[in-house]
Amino acid sequence: MKHLQTAIHEIETAAELEKIISENENVMVCCGRMGPMCIPVYDVMEELEEERENVKFYSMAFDAHEAAIIRNAPECRGFMGLPFTMYYKGGNVAQATTSIQNRQMITTILDEKF
Amino acid sequence: MEEKFDLMIIGAGAAGLTSGIYGSRAKLKTVILNEGAIGGQMVLTEEVANYPGVESTKGYMLANTMKLQAKNFGCKIKSNIKIEEYDISGELKTVKLEDGRIFQADAVILTPGGRPRTLNLPGEDRFKGTGISFCATCDGDFFTGREVIVVGGGNSALEEAVALTNFATKVTIVHQFDQFQAFEHAVKEAKNNPKIHFIMESELREFIGEEGLKKVMMEHLPTGKITEMNTDGVFIFVGYLPNTEILADFISLNESKEIIVDSDMKTNIPGVFAAGDCIAKKYRQVTTAVADGTIAALSAAEFLRN
Repeated sequence: MKHLQTAIHEIETAAELEKIISENENVMVCCGRMGPMCIPVYDVMEELEEERENVKFYSMAFDAHEAAIIRNAPECRGFMGLPFTMYYKGGNVAQATTSIQNRQMITTILDEKF
Repeated sequence: MEEKFDLMIIGAGAAGLTSGIYGSRAKLKTVILNEGAIGGQMVLTEEVANYPGVESTKGYMLANTMKLQAKNFGCKIKSNIKIEEYDISGELKTVKLEDGRIFQADAVILTPGGRPRTLNLPGEDRFKGTGISFCATCDGDFFTGREVIVVGGGNSALEEAVALTNFATKVTIVHQFDQFQAFEHAVKEAKNNPKIHFIMESELREFIGEEGLKKVMMEHLPTGKITEMNTDGVFIFVGYLPNTEILADFISLNESKEIIVDSDMKTNIPGVFAAGDCIAKKYRQVTTAVADGTIAALSAAEFLRN
């Protein structure tokens, strides 16, 4: 069941996430809710999806049971602000961020890690 | 890289999105440039129950619908950008972004709204998301069973402090004055909550921690005495700033830095209109922003026809 009203494809299960990161070299996943800290990140991702063909962009509902794969990821230890945003390179976590990020912060990570 | 439009709208709150809907529906080639979250202050509103025609909805859902309406009419939206330079006094209006992109149009509607004020203290950026938050609704549950500080003395600060007591064991409100600026009912509700404590006439000076925030340094303003206070989190609600500073050199503002417009939302510059929370007016509601945005777009269309 989808929870996020965005144009970004929403991942619903941990298995789907595992499949996506195993099949795609560069993947960004924003795990959040429909709140003021998360929506700006989805907005940036919607725009970047049109601009960056080398990256796959996805969302995941933070409160979904299956999102534990991100909530409990070691890279997210100590995170106390939504959204949790994961950047996967070759199936591994290349970077994880907490709380709101602007376009420049996101593109800097995409440029450096991907 | 330059892109030319008929109508350029700065800001994507209720006023900007409405202008986008009306502008693009009038077949004007329209772009919205937005520095913050699409929806502006609407997104921060948990429930909107007084928007005519909609019995009750979430602020973000109303914003999302307005965004989709604008896009469906052909309006382009560029969000989370940073505007570096305005040159809108002449016939051709030009806006340059920090990333080098340039947007031009024959008419401009300014709907820049406002932004949350930060404290600009050492450690504030470092602990954002690992102890410092600006949204109790978003992050409150991370502080379940913990002790937090709320900074501020307005309605948002007191209402969010009360909301945080659903999660935190203790909420300490730190405020710089000896009384609150919030409405009386909000103050009363906070004072009647046994989990909420108050430290008045004090300001935070520094955020300290390692991986996450551990403590703050605080100054008692009348005495200048600095004390250390352990905390698991700090929520900052110290008001909003109108996003008009960059416009001050060429747009007429009043002493509150609000844009002065006439009844057609015209500013002092031909072809430049303004709408929403940034203009000088008494009532700031989603409905008034929508009305302003409508008038501004229709006025801009008329300006372009002539």
